[in-house]
Amino acid sequence: MCLAYPMKVVDIKADGAIVDADGIRKKINIGLMKDLQVGEYVMVHAGFAIEKFKPEMVKDTLRYVREYKNALRKISKK
Amino acid sequence: MLYEKFLRNKHAIKEIIRRIEALRIKRTVRLMEVCGTHTYTFFRFGLRNIVPPSVQLLSGPGCPVCITEDTFIDQAVALARDKRNIIATFGDLIRVKGTQSSLEDERARGGHIEIVYSPAQVLDIARAHPQKRAIFLAVGFETTAPLTALVIKEAREQKLKNVFALCSHRLIPPAMKELCKDRDIKVDGFICPGHVSVVIGTKPYRVIARRFHKGCVICGFEPLDMVVAMYMLLKQLKNDSPCVENEYSRVVQPEGNPVARKIVDQVFTVSDASWRGFGKIKKSGLVLRDSYKTFDAIRLLSKAACTEPKQKKECLCAEVVKGKITPFQCPQFAHACSPDNPLGPCMVSFEGSCRIWHAYGRPA
Repeated sequence: MCLAYPMKVVDIKADGAIVDADGIRKKINIGLMKDLQVGEYVMVHAGFAIEKFKPEMVKDTLRYVREYKNALRKISKK
Repeated sequence: MLYEKFLRNKHAIKEIIRRIEALRIKRTVRLMEVCGTHTYTFFRFGLRNIVPPSVQLLSGPGCPVCITEDTFIDQAVALARDKRNIIATFGDLIRVKGTQSSLEDERARGGHIEIVYSPAQVLDIARAHPQKRAIFLAVGFETTAPLTALVIKEAREQKLKNVFALCSHRLIPPAMKELCKDRDIKVDGFICPGHVSVVIGTKPYRVIARRFHKGCVICGFEPLDMVVAMYMLLKQLKNDSPCVENEYSRVVQPEGNPVARKIVDQVFTVSDASWRGFGKIKKSGLVLRDSYKTFDAIRLLSKAACTEPKQKKECLCAEVVKGKITPFQCPQFAHACSPDNPLGPCMVSFEGSCRIWHAYGRPA
């Protein structure tokens, strides 16, 4: 039940935000977020954004995999 | 892209497995995850078959439906029988049987039960049915409690008098401490729940590492996340240096989400609470503060519905959620108890160990 999925913020309105994942759009509640910007990613749990998602931080997981070193450099350049 | 290319990449997963093997840990190590979604990932992606047999993964009390006691279901059933009420609930709760009945049975008998995706939907239900009482069944851990709190606050702001919550929110760290104290359960380290940690951060686990000398690694939900977290825990064990580490840093901040914690603190207060399998655990539950008591659905119940029922004897869910037995060790598993006819909550929920073992597991 603690499932959450990363979705991209495409619009912020007075009563929530519109988020997108692979073309699926949803309106979510952003009452638990501070300083949210369009273009950022959020983890969505049961219709609420619970935290920002920072794709570049995946390097913490990938640093243990040797062959990802090149890929990691590319990610950090983006 | 990120997920398929990196976090579900079998070559990367195999490399981490080789690293685990290279640690050459001589004894059997028991790691416990405290999140149903971790159990699911471990089985769905077949990780169980590729980690060395000396590394055992136990499922702890990480599925909200599984640790919810029969009392709560009985109370929900009693509320559903009242024609003045509409019950709003997450889907997996409706098939759990209390001592007499389940919400699914009550719906078949004409009870008005709505399955919701989000707690916020209870506000829409209340607005659409002003003459009825809309009751949200608030189960879940630290991840879900802020959502309930926010909805209750919004109900107050919008002056919706017919919104209620039957609250059974639970807190994970007190249950982990309880597991550390239990001598029958030998856990060497914890794979900590990613989205609970989003709210609480890394600090609440420190006591488990310091006082009980158990490593804690906060972990994401992709297969590579899980093997990396296991590797981090095994390295801690090898070096005899239990500590709190955060593998899921792309989402979990060390300080957690202070906005969410503040809202929870405004609406709820911490209290002792009962867990299936554990009984009462100190300071492990959330109850509505006095200033929000008007939203408490418990007020709509008679005293008879609030008493403690006896545990059903034939069901061993209580042992399963503590990691004392695996689902295969329950004599009812796949015989009297199956997803079509679940005896206990662990066979109902998609996050329940028994349900997951039934779908993906084979005896090792």
